[in-house]
Amino acid sequence: MGDDPGLMTVLLAMFAGAIRVSTPFLFVSLGEMLTEKSGRINLGLEGTLVFGAMSGYAISYHTGSPWLGVLVAGFCGSLFGALHGFLCKLPKVNDIAIGIALMLFGTGLAFFFGKPYIQPSAPRLPSISFGSWSDHPGIRQALEINPLFLLGIALAVFLWWALRNTRFGLIIRTTGDSAPAALALGIDVNRVRLLSTMAGGFFAGIGGSFLSLYYPGSWTEGLSSGQGLMAVALVIFARWNPIYCFWAALLFGAAGALGPALQSIGVSRGYHFFNAAPYILTLLIMIASTSPRRSLKGAPGELSITK
Amino acid sequence: MADTTETPGFAVETSMASDLPERFRRSAEFVVIPLLALIVSGILFSVFLALLGKSPVGFFALVWKGGFGTSFSWQNTLVRAAPLVFTALCVAIPARLGLVIIGGEGALVLGGFAAAAIAIPMIDWAPTFLLLGVMAIAGMLAGGIWIGCVGALRHYRGVNETIASLLMFYIAVSILNFFVEGALRDPSDPNKPSTRPIGSDNMIGVIPGTDVHWGLLVGVLLCGLLYLLMNRTTFGFAAQVAGGNLRAAQSQGLPVGKLMVVSCAIAGACAGLAGFFEVAAIHGKANASLVAGYGFTGILVSFLARHNPLVIIPVAIFLGGIAASGGLVQRRMDLPDATVLVLQGLLFVVILVSETFYGRLSIFQSKGEA
Amino acid sequence: MSKFKLSRRTILKSSAAGLAALSSAGLPRFAQAAGLTVGIVYVGPRDDFGWNQAHAVAAAALKDVPGVTVVEEENVPETIAVEKSMESMINLDGANLIFATSFGYYKPFVLDLAAKYPDVQFRHAAPLWTEADPKNAGSYFGYLDQAHYIDGIAAGLSTTTNKLGFVAAKPIGTVLRNINSFLLGARKVNPDATVQVIFTGEWSMPVREAEAANALVDAGCDVLTCHVDGPKVVIETAESRGIKCCGHNASQAPLAPNGFITGAEYKWETIYKMFATDLAEGEALPNFTGGGFDVDFVRSTPYGAGATEAAIAAADAAREEVKAGQPIFVGPINKQDGTPLLAAGESLDNYEPALDQTDYLIEGVSGSIT
Repeated sequence: MGDDPGLMTVLLAMFAGAIRVSTPFLFVSLGEMLTEKSGRINLGLEGTLVFGAMSGYAISYHTGSPWLGVLVAGFCGSLFGALHGFLCKLPKVNDIAIGIALMLFGTGLAFFFGKPYIQPSAPRLPSISFGSWSDHPGIRQALEINPLFLLGIALAVFLWWALRNTRFGLIIRTTGDSAPAALALGIDVNRVRLLSTMAGGFFAGIGGSFLSLYYPGSWTEGLSSGQGLMAVALVIFARWNPIYCFWAALLFGAAGALGPALQSIGVSRGYHFFNAAPYILTLLIMIASTSPRRSLKGAPGELSITK
Repeated sequence: MADTTETPGFAVETSMASDLPERFRRSAEFVVIPLLALIVSGILFSVFLALLGKSPVGFFALVWKGGFGTSFSWQNTLVRAAPLVFTALCVAIPARLGLVIIGGEGALVLGGFAAAAIAIPMIDWAPTFLLLGVMAIAGMLAGGIWIGCVGALRHYRGVNETIASLLMFYIAVSILNFFVEGALRDPSDPNKPSTRPIGSDNMIGVIPGTDVHWGLLVGVLLCGLLYLLMNRTTFGFAAQVAGGNLRAAQSQGLPVGKLMVVSCAIAGACAGLAGFFEVAAIHGKANASLVAGYGFTGILVSFLARHNPLVIIPVAIFLGGIAASGGLVQRRMDLPDATVLVLQGLLFVVILVSETFYGRLSIFQSKGEA
Repeated sequence: MSKFKLSRRTILKSSAAGLAALSSAGLPRFAQAAGLTVGIVYVGPRDDFGWNQAHAVAAAALKDVPGVTVVEEENVPETIAVEKSMESMINLDGANLIFATSFGYYKPFVLDLAAKYPDVQFRHAAPLWTEADPKNAGSYFGYLDQAHYIDGIAAGLSTTTNKLGFVAAKPIGTVLRNINSFLLGARKVNPDATVQVIFTGEWSMPVREAEAANALVDAGCDVLTCHVDGPKVVIETAESRGIKCCGHNASQAPLAPNGFITGAEYKWETIYKMFATDLAEGEALPNFTGGGFDVDFVRSTPYGAGATEAAIAAADAAREEVKAGQPIFVGPINKQDGTPLLAAGESLDNYEPALDQTDYLIEGVSGSIT
């Protein structure tokens, strides 16, 4: 098998693609996971992602500091999160619907204010080389890793630990599993959800800034092709477990690299379907991994989509 | 949802004592709150424009002129409203069951594609009425099966319908492109991959005296029909009950799964019909232009109409008018095209927030309650 | 009339068609420029760093003509929306000349409106107008494959792996023609050169474009070029991977300070300035305006650091040859499947209409169009 250069090329491309493309999925899914753990779903993260991409790029362009751009993108994201968290606490206001509305609103604002930043080149995030041990240029390239990717891994591990072992983790989980129980414990349910949604928005904003500031590394209106929404599906697939979120994000990244990689070795018949691989894969995984009879393991009890 | 009895404590017999008849108070709520929401959105958007140094008055004057001010503007508005009526129904019908379908665009695309594809072998011999009839059925079937699958996945596998329908939109587009750029490509036009044109003689014409194709009228009739279905039949009543409380409905022995699949299939057929009209009245063939975002605007229309099929008609016209005036706003005020998106997003948010006021404004409650 | 730089093709066409294509007799002349309103419609954002921006920047020349008002609308999809946008310009802004800058606007939308508004002039940016079409419509176009051919020559002398990469949006005629010309250029100076093409399936999809560029580099390509709406991502990816690249649509030289060789650019300003002069003098616009290097409708981006002396010399020489009318398509050329396109000794004129209908890739290009 290893002798086949075509297969090796595809596998290497998918490995490299997993590292390159997964970071936005990872950040958005961790953010969404946190929000959902508190008992709300925020479909608006797609809008947050796009706005984060635009604002991060704009700030990097104006200040020359891409890291400041990342921070501002996160901050803008948490503002959208705050709006979602605040509105959803009003009675009869549906969190799914508000999410769809904020997706439209966030995207609209990003396009509105993003016009002047399509053309300029902003300073981009650096990468760290981990591949100097290899002679293979493909492997060396694949191991050019952005610090945000590493930060995302660290965040996943931290969230995994914190949700289990800290008081905050317990508060969030209790709020998400049963609001009455949380109330009985004296927890301010709305406040916990507001803060969780803000934190989720912060991460999604950072995920967006990765798109504009590292890979593919420029701001255009077509930058996101549904990554923010797919991350929501990814959370269900990952069973609300931060570590699984990481593996799922890698898988999605690899799926995205499949179409171009196959074409590069001359397999191009039906490339439309290979290009749609991430969507098809997500759907198949959701079909295979859900069940109508029992509620999903790890699913927060208060979550509207799993009720 | 609009006419469910959301206000608590219905059995108040004090209407004689109040200034206004009880019934009027109740329905007034459904008129006044949305109007207030519109006004609040308008004010918020005016602030947005004013902060950017643009004239809000100028903006709304242009929206009026571009959308409703002249007879041409009305035609423009109605043409843009036609597909929205169908795609909004694709959201509204499943919403009765509590399902949020956001992938109606996929059903539109596949409906249009199926209509154009089935026409290919018939163009040379079939009379127009037969061709169009078969195309319409194919479009409805394709869309119905597509979204019906979403409902089935939801019921039988527990797959979240919102996300599944969105993923299936992306898959629908790849199916369209695969065939339109491949097996079903019409060789006579190498630069815009399309299926074979159905021919201008076979195309659906316009309503006499207007530029608006017959699809709008069909959409309006469909809204009326589906209103009756959802509000005056056992099916609609069962859907309502299931939407209110799924477990209760199941324990009462309602066929929840069947309700879900059928509602979703009806919804998908509506969107598929939109695709059929795009092919049969606008393009004459299927190509990538079918992916024009009507399905996504339809979500907004349905939520603004609170998923009431009859209210969808004016809301679709309202949003059609905003879309129609978008160009004028761009041209005259030097605002980017995304201005309309911002306004739509704002409207969407405010309308959803206004939900919270139903049954809570004391002016609409009879005195005994308030 | 004489001041029009006529392309060979225009002359070929018009002589065949009894000069009617060029004759402005019978066309409503603009008595004077004063009071003329020009409407321009774009399919994407005006500042996309690609196709739309190239038009918008060049069309700014029209704004300098005294008495001419320019109104512009961006992000207009190729649906009924564009028909209504153009009509809105005519009805509400009083536009009497419309430039429709996206391929899919022509049929049926521009044609329908040209018939409906005989007093308004329509010009469309693709070589589609024929004698059978309304006389108040017309086409203007730059033959960019000539510049891609020059890119190919420079690229063929710059590669060490003999593998050139091409990121393409969709397998449509103009894109395929550019790919073929790019290969023919490379083969002219380097018979071992091959072109590997990856289709992304969308005009603008940055993540997939970056993935495609990376995949091509991983497959051993050491020069990249592309035909997508905004080439920024492909060029920046090539630069960051340390390989060379050729641009498309507009100048991307600043994005790749190390590896940029040259690029294929439209020079729309030649055309729009020509139109502006006509308008200022009250002349009617020609129905068909098209050409390449010979009439300054396309250009090569100034050489970047990636261009070697040998590449520059060969590219400069070849450009002069093309300008003088030497054909790009010189036999023997086989199509990808091995069927002959041109036998040895045969050639196709650079403005041969059959090339507009390209639906094949030629031998030496790997990657399939279905």
